[in-house]
Amino acid sequence: MFATLRSAGSIFLPILAFFFLSLTSIRAQSDSTSTEVASDTSTVETATSEGGISDEAVIAEGESLFNANCRVCHAVDQKLVGPALGGIYDRRDMDWIKLFIKNSQAVIASGDAYAVALYEEYNQTVMPSFNFSDSEIESIVAYIRVEADKEPEVAAADGGQPLNPQAAQEPSTFLTVIVVGLVIVLILILVVLFLIINFLTKFLRKREDLDDSDKELIDQRFKLGELVKKPAFVGIVAFVFGVFALKTVIDGLYQVGIQQGYAPTQPIAFSHKLHAGQYEIDCNYCHTGVRKSKSANIPSANICMNCHGQIKTESPEIQKIYAAIENDRPIEWVRVHNLPDLAYFNHAQHVAVGGQECQTCHGEIQEMEVVAQYSPLTMGWCINCHQETNVNTKGNAYYDNLVELHAQHSKAPLKVEDIGGLECAKCHY
Amino acid sequence: MSNKIYWKGLEQLSNDPEFVKYADKEFPEYLPINQKKQSADTPDDGSSRRDFLKMMGFSVAAASLAACEAPVRKAIPYLNKPVEIDPGIPNYYASTYAEGGDYCSIVIKTREGRPIKVEGNKQCMLSGGGSTAQVEASVLSLYDQERLTAPMAAGKKSDWETVDKEIKSALASSRNIRIISNTVLSPTTRKAVEDFIAKYPGAKHITYDPQSAHGLIQANQQSFGKAHLPVYNFSKADVIVSLDADFLGTWIAPVTYINQYTKRRKLSSSQKGMSRHYQFESNMTLTGSNADYRIPVKASQQGLIAAAIYNSLAAKSGAPTISGIQIEVPFLDKAADALWNAKGKSLVVSGSNDPELQMVINAINQILGNYGSTIDLEKAAYYRQGNDQDMSDFIADVAAGSVDAVIFFNSNPVYDHPQGGLLESELGKVALKISTAGRMDETASVCDYTTPDHHYLESWNDAEPIAGHLSLCQPGITPLFNTRQAQSSFLTWMDAETTDYYQYLTQNWKSTYFPSSGQSDFDTFWNQCLYNGIIDIDLSSAMDTSGESTQVEDESDNQEFAFDAAAISGALQSTYQTDNSGMELVLYQKVGLGTGGQANNPWLQELPDPITKAVWDNYITVSQKFARDNGLSMVEGKTKIANLTANGVTVSAPILIQPGQANGTFGLALGYGRKSAGKVANGLGANAFTLINSSNGSLSYYAAGDVALEITSETHRIGQTQTHETYMGRETVIQEALLSEYQKDEYAGQFAPKIATWKGDEEKVAPHKVTLWKHHQEKYVNHHWGMSIDLNSCIGCGTCTIACQAENNVPVVGRDEVLTRREMHWIRIDRYYSSTGVEDYDSLEQAAENPEVTFQPMMCQHCNNAPCETVCPVAATVHSTEGLNQMAYNRCIGTRYCANNCPYKVRRFNWFKYHDNDQFAENTSMSNSLGRMVLNPDVTVRARGVMEKCTMCVQRIQAGKLLAKREGRRPSDEDVNVACAQACPAEAIVFGDMNNPDSKLSKLLKIEYHDKHKTVEEPRAYTVLQELNVDPNVFYLRKIRNKDQENA
Repeated sequence: MFATLRSAGSIFLPILAFFFLSLTSIRAQSDSTSTEVASDTSTVETATSEGGISDEAVIAEGESLFNANCRVCHAVDQKLVGPALGGIYDRRDMDWIKLFIKNSQAVIASGDAYAVALYEEYNQTVMPSFNFSDSEIESIVAYIRVEADKEPEVAAADGGQPLNPQAAQEPSTFLTVIVVGLVIVLILILVVLFLIINFLTKFLRKREDLDDSDKELIDQRFKLGELVKKPAFVGIVAFVFGVFALKTVIDGLYQVGIQQGYAPTQPIAFSHKLHAGQYEIDCNYCHTGVRKSKSANIPSANICMNCHGQIKTESPEIQKIYAAIENDRPIEWVRVHNLPDLAYFNHAQHVAVGGQECQTCHGEIQEMEVVAQYSPLTMGWCINCHQETNVNTKGNAYYDNLVELHAQHSKAPLKVEDIGGLECAKCHY
Repeated sequence: MSNKIYWKGLEQLSNDPEFVKYADKEFPEYLPINQKKQSADTPDDGSSRRDFLKMMGFSVAAASLAACEAPVRKAIPYLNKPVEIDPGIPNYYASTYAEGGDYCSIVIKTREGRPIKVEGNKQCMLSGGGSTAQVEASVLSLYDQERLTAPMAAGKKSDWETVDKEIKSALASSRNIRIISNTVLSPTTRKAVEDFIAKYPGAKHITYDPQSAHGLIQANQQSFGKAHLPVYNFSKADVIVSLDADFLGTWIAPVTYINQYTKRRKLSSSQKGMSRHYQFESNMTLTGSNADYRIPVKASQQGLIAAAIYNSLAAKSGAPTISGIQIEVPFLDKAADALWNAKGKSLVVSGSNDPELQMVINAINQILGNYGSTIDLEKAAYYRQGNDQDMSDFIADVAAGSVDAVIFFNSNPVYDHPQGGLLESELGKVALKISTAGRMDETASVCDYTTPDHHYLESWNDAEPIAGHLSLCQPGITPLFNTRQAQSSFLTWMDAETTDYYQYLTQNWKSTYFPSSGQSDFDTFWNQCLYNGIIDIDLSSAMDTSGESTQVEDESDNQEFAFDAAAISGALQSTYQTDNSGMELVLYQKVGLGTGGQANNPWLQELPDPITKAVWDNYITVSQKFARDNGLSMVEGKTKIANLTANGVTVSAPILIQPGQANGTFGLALGYGRKSAGKVANGLGANAFTLINSSNGSLSYYAAGDVALEITSETHRIGQTQTHETYMGRETVIQEALLSEYQKDEYAGQFAPKIATWKGDEEKVAPHKVTLWKHHQEKYVNHHWGMSIDLNSCIGCGTCTIACQAENNVPVVGRDEVLTRREMHWIRIDRYYSSTGVEDYDSLEQAAENPEVTFQPMMCQHCNNAPCETVCPVAATVHSTEGLNQMAYNRCIGTRYCANNCPYKVRRFNWFKYHDNDQFAENTSMSNSLGRMVLNPDVTVRARGVMEKCTMCVQRIQAGKLLAKREGRRPSDEDVNVACAQACPAEAIVFGDMNNPDSKLSKLLKIEYHDKHKTVEEPRAYTVLQELNVDPNVFYLRKIRNKDQENA
């Protein structure tokens, strides 16, 4: 009887276990629901674009041409260095557009009123000549048309959005309700059990036929002091404490020199969020070395001036660039990513050959107002990625034989580590 | 083969106890860790266990403090990025190395706008893409702190405006102006000087060369009426006889001659013949050590030897003989017979500066019909234009006070002319003295003005080493200092229309060379020339318009060959002696230092001399017989200082016992004893230029009378890398055979070791059959990098050592550290002497008289079963899947187990922090911020306490692979080459991917591909220490000597 009584405490364990189990399952559930939602929206998007224009290839070509050549100065819906291009097909006829893109100066020189007005409006900025074919220009215009048409739809989709966040919010409130409910149930159980114990003890005390040992058992009180003094307890606590302390020290030591999250203030408040995020300027445009050199290169002031010769010239931050150029003193940016000198890292290998996105190592850079170091940049982090990443072998004759040989004895895809990606002299020499 | 023994030095041959004690040790007994060697000699240096603990405690605290605070680092981009420069990507510019008359077409590798390496230009037919140690090292001279940073007036810094004004007014009042220069290879510069002379009619341009070839020019003038050097072609010669001409080392145009010479020393199944080379010389030179027959003779016999060869040939051809010639020299008749049998395909050259002797050589070549085949005198070579007589007259004029102004145009006669001392003391009589030297050298120090010239890597220029072969020099960097190109200075002082030499140069090219190029647009023509670095222009059309050079006079094109045997006879017999009983002195140049122009370059100072393997010194080389007669010995570089007197001048230098030194002769290198070259070079060695005899207006680089050597009691240690890391008792390192044996059996001379098995001696097997290692090579699925070194074409010049040093940031350690065997070169050239039948003491001396020499470049062999890898406790050295033995510096803890276990002794330990260390100030590429600009940014500068070794230029492999990957293809030979192979002027080193059947290496080694492994089928290929079965990836091709059997 007493045994069952004492084991009442152990009931808590299964309850706790249940509690945590249900918690995790709910989380998993919520995860799956959110992914479902995501996939839903993506199907919707593709459906709309399919409905819009029939020839996807032309638009895709137009998009890549636009991104590579036009986006630096033009957007579809707003003025940058040059005018917004949305509706250009309505404003001018196709022949004019073609002529202007191919040689804008010639059009202006010919005295075309619209062109001259445009030239004056944009501070006599010369648009460089592009040697596009007619079909290429048509594809760009087609892309602009699609983009411009999309704008209101995007807005509409925004209107539809509130549904999704709600769906995403739902599981978490649901979770809170369950947790609170469970806690209440547990407290109730505790109270009931305590009452039972009290009631039984009182009942037993009234009994006369108990022997000494039984009485002793009933009168037994829980003594915290004795428990604490027990060597086993002291030992366990000391051990646990020791392990925690050791782990903290080791973790701390491993953190020495690691600057993850390092976000120093830069001499000029340059925002990646604005440039890479909002205006979607290709990283390659400023970081010119990223596909060909070991260093991605911090852009020189003349690259800034490509746009800021015209845009936001009054901003105090932009004035700093002018000052640098006038004083002939380069801008001293604070280095965020400090790889130790003993490690050789090559951007071209990872971006041009490996096909890695900038975000893989630099995080959501297009969301960063101030650049922060996203990755720990430790050797363990490098190794980990080299173990997990598949080699970008597609269409690269360098790897053909390696892929073939690898396939002979393995069904897994070719990983970086399979071609010597973990060897010392790949990074240290 | 069996009765031949190899030895690296006399200590090894005589089995000296002290040598034996150190022979098996890579490092000597004592290991001072806190001090450099010299301070460690004092017994108790006071450091104790307590100090050690203190130091350790402090360093731990310092390390943890340093680790906690991450320094803020700046990233500074260009303000306005030049279009052609991308940080991290090297740019290459074709240019020209033309210092004095030394010429090499080069490619400058720049990173972020600073030159970091100089390489040979593959487009150049003269060099074939090779270079020399001096060329490779010249990039460090650019970043020399001792360069002048501004014009100097009266020893004080001034500015160009003031200096120009003063010089111009002084020049205007001067009547006798002299411009003193070394050979000027640049036609446009010569034109500028001529323009200057036209403006100042009292001016005269005098050319002299520290290593003069005036005798040869005079001889050509007298024999053929052509006062210029001929163009030699060693690749067409079946038989080469050289009388003291070190044409592979320092004579006239070594990089070209090496390229030609070694073309005929390469053997394969399809080319089984090679040239035969006789060398008659006094000092053991690089050329002599590569000869099939080397005959040590006294310098005073040279003229008679030439005459005897002439007589022997004249007798056969019916030409008049030179009477009264009596000489007994071994192999003389054999050489003459060989020449006769190879008529029209032979070549006789002499390094002498005696016109009479050179005329005999001309006569020999004329009889042999070599003009038009191996010698082209129709084309002028301009490598040496110096006129000894003019220079002597100039010095006499100065002494007589008849010179008003002198401009030393990049020349330093106070140091490198035998009458420099006289010139220095008499220069006071000249009112205006200007030097254009880039540093305060010996001559500039006594000048009123120094108007420093750019370094050649900062300059625009051109060069014409051979008539019609033009070469452009373009800058690799903006001038570092406030210097001005000397040509611009001339243009300024003569008030020319344009004072910008670049404009002057392009104008000259436009008017002189462009019309005959056949192109319509000058800019295209110019850019094409700049891109290629070189251009061959049809001589006939160019000649008409080009400026008349001061040296070349071609008024009589078709003069008959003139040779007066009777007149020569008397001249020779008065100059030369059959058997001079007295001692003689022969002055020579070292391959690294040359005539000392780049003496302040520590890479060249620390380049071991190919023969003596000595660094940082010059010394008197004496024969083994002389040493024994005078009780001299030399162990571990310990030797005595001696006073050497010749031509009435005495210098002190240490003695070095040199096997192969002709009995009765001493040798001493030029280029040392600088007083004012810079901190690195000042006070090193003795100035041998003072010993040159210049009495009769012609410089004579030997002295045959009144040469005395007084041995003092003073001792000295010469730093030699020679006996270090020796392989005692393992003579399977060098394999060689005679040509006749090779022609019969391509495997001749092969040493195939067998390993005994448990079955007993009868069942011996090849080493690779018994192994603990399995299937290593099968893992090399991607690349398998390897190397082949042809011992037959390696001439031992040391270019690879310097190229490696520049590429891989190898530090300079200084003489004291070399003495403690701590040199850091990743690739060394082992020089083995060999001799036959050494049994007793007498035959021992016999052997040392004239040993055969073999050179073997030795670097990490990248063993597939590497012994170093198995012993590293921290796995800092491991194998890659591409066959490389990798070294991770940041993992190394410095146990040095690997060095201990390396059978090739190629690992180097960083005993000190060599960079940013005042104690290693001579390590200029790392000890100051200017010098550091030369460092290769892709290679780590190693810290103290770690091992390093040849990486097979893994940074280049990675760069080449990346390029191929980006272009979506497999890499080829064009993409990857290692620094040593690239620099090699003999193309003896070949690097490549053994997994690629199309690579040059795979074809050279005749690699056959089996199911899971490859085999090397080239009969001459072998690996060093094959019995160890470490399975290196570096193969050597057996040396073949073109000697006759009975003389073997």
